[in-house]
Amino acid sequence: MEAPRGLRVLLAVILIGLVLFPLVGERFYIQYATKIMILAIFAMSLDLLVGYTGLVSLGHALCYGIAGYALALVGGHAAVSLWWSLPAAMLVSALAALVVGVLVLRTAGIYFIMVTLAFAQMLYYYVRDSEYFGGSDGIYLDVRPTLSLFGWAPVDLGNQLHRYYLTLALAVATYVVLRSVLRSPFGRVLIGIRDNEPRMRSLGFPTFRYKLACFVLAGALAGLAGYMTAVQDGIMNPEQLGWHRSGEALMMVILGGMGTLAGPALGAGALMVLELVFSIWTKYWQLLLGGFIVAVVLFLPGGLGGVFARRRGGADRG
Amino acid sequence: MDFATFLIQLLNGVQYGLLLFLIASGLTLIFGIMGVINLAHGSFYMIGAYLAFSLTGLIGNFWLALPAGVALAVLLGIALEWLLIRHLYRRDHLYQVLLTYGLILVFGELRSILFGDDVHSVAVPALLNFSIRLTDTLSYPVYRLAMSGVCLLLAAGMYWLIARTRLGMTIRAGSVNREMVQALGINVGLLYRLVFALGVALAAFAGMLAAPVASVYPGMGNQVLIISFVVIVIGGIGSVRGALAASLLIGLADVFGQVVFPQIAGMTVYLVMAAVLVWRPRGLFGSA
Repeated sequence: MEAPRGLRVLLAVILIGLVLFPLVGERFYIQYATKIMILAIFAMSLDLLVGYTGLVSLGHALCYGIAGYALALVGGHAAVSLWWSLPAAMLVSALAALVVGVLVLRTAGIYFIMVTLAFAQMLYYYVRDSEYFGGSDGIYLDVRPTLSLFGWAPVDLGNQLHRYYLTLALAVATYVVLRSVLRSPFGRVLIGIRDNEPRMRSLGFPTFRYKLACFVLAGALAGLAGYMTAVQDGIMNPEQLGWHRSGEALMMVILGGMGTLAGPALGAGALMVLELVFSIWTKYWQLLLGGFIVAVVLFLPGGLGGVFARRRGGADRG
Repeated sequence: MDFATFLIQLLNGVQYGLLLFLIASGLTLIFGIMGVINLAHGSFYMIGAYLAFSLTGLIGNFWLALPAGVALAVLLGIALEWLLIRHLYRRDHLYQVLLTYGLILVFGELRSILFGDDVHSVAVPALLNFSIRLTDTLSYPVYRLAMSGVCLLLAAGMYWLIARTRLGMTIRAGSVNREMVQALGINVGLLYRLVFALGVALAAFAGMLAAPVASVYPGMGNQVLIISFVVIVIGGIGSVRGALAASLLIGLADVFGQVVFPQIAGMTVYLVMAAVLVWRPRGLFGSA
């Protein structure tokens, strides 16, 4: 349930490393690290569904993409303040999650996987074929949101370094928020639903409402990641809504270790860093990455994060 | 739409649907019986198409390449089940998802190493390389008709195998209760290996059949993967009958969607799936 101690130590080391990284890293790597942290937020939000509530969504990119598009449409040409545009974008994602959640949470298991996929794909095709959303080219953001406090603007989101630290702060905030949610009675109910939903229902918990609330929260946090993607990349295109985006996040969650918050963040890092390292090393990097994934499944039950849990016995829920 | 155009679209929809059935039936058997979510199934389709391409070039005859390709696909299926898949039966489904996702990357890159990233084509076999004239301007290629015929034969064969043979009986029993079947002295491990090899062979065979009409290109596996999952979910997981009905439904919905509602063509199949699942949450032929 809690991230094992070894994993938390590793996470602390990584965090310190991330704070210091811009002192030594070149611009390209700072950019890449920013993307990894955004995906880590996205993967953690998905883990709330997959790892803690047992809701395997293959349509999580829907909430992610919607927030990014919301920013691109409203603040793509005229700078808007982050103070209201970020909550607004997350609210849009949360509302989308609410509507989709009401419909999809009636199914379970692989049917749930496929219905979430269906809704995300519908939006993907709608956006891709709509001129309003810029079609398959997407929408460029000419300006980035502003971030000022009573006229004082220490953070310039046009600056890569500032974006890096803002993303880092948001990633840490996401981790802290999710951790306190999971430690709350609400979080305990979610875990109870994952382990035995009929029992939770017979104990008197309205499980549908709990699952819906969880779906909405995860959607809002995915929106945070999507918003930051638009800020970071300066462009929003339909691929950010497609199933590859959802699938990739799911792989990060499983690879890192479901049901631990640190695991998915670790999975996002591992997948992206290995992709970079292998692709620098060889043209055939996918072969190595694929082989690595297969080896993790066969030899590390519980994913990468599970390495730390095994000593305490039984990370494998399967 | 005049009648001839309608007929052509109808034939195209049925042919596409039946091809989907070959892929989806293997997928639904592997999931329904073995409980394995196999994301690499699209790769097997791609492997089939590349086998058709390379073997036709090697042997010089499409008809000889077909059985050779099927044999290789069966061997591949057996090897994969023995090396990798069998270790995952008792694990969470999501680890199967992750492992088979890794396999997609591996197969994709191996294809890139062996064949490059160009688009290839396989010639339509001379025996079937002509068309039937429908009107003065419209005609329909016989190879496509033959494809549909072969798919229907295979569908009938699968029905016979599953509903009428002793092996089919054990397969059905194995999907209901693995331990009980094992206790009755049936080698479940071997049974699963056969089912997996059958699924791989069906998907690869579909790829080989499709090679002459669709070009052979790198992304072809991923393109059919999601749509095959849509099919097995609409049909009801584990139901071969459901897979057949759903394949035809999706084939027709996709083809007619492009003609009737071109502005939302991409969405059609997903709309159909959402509608079916709202109406019947376990698919058309799914059991509770």
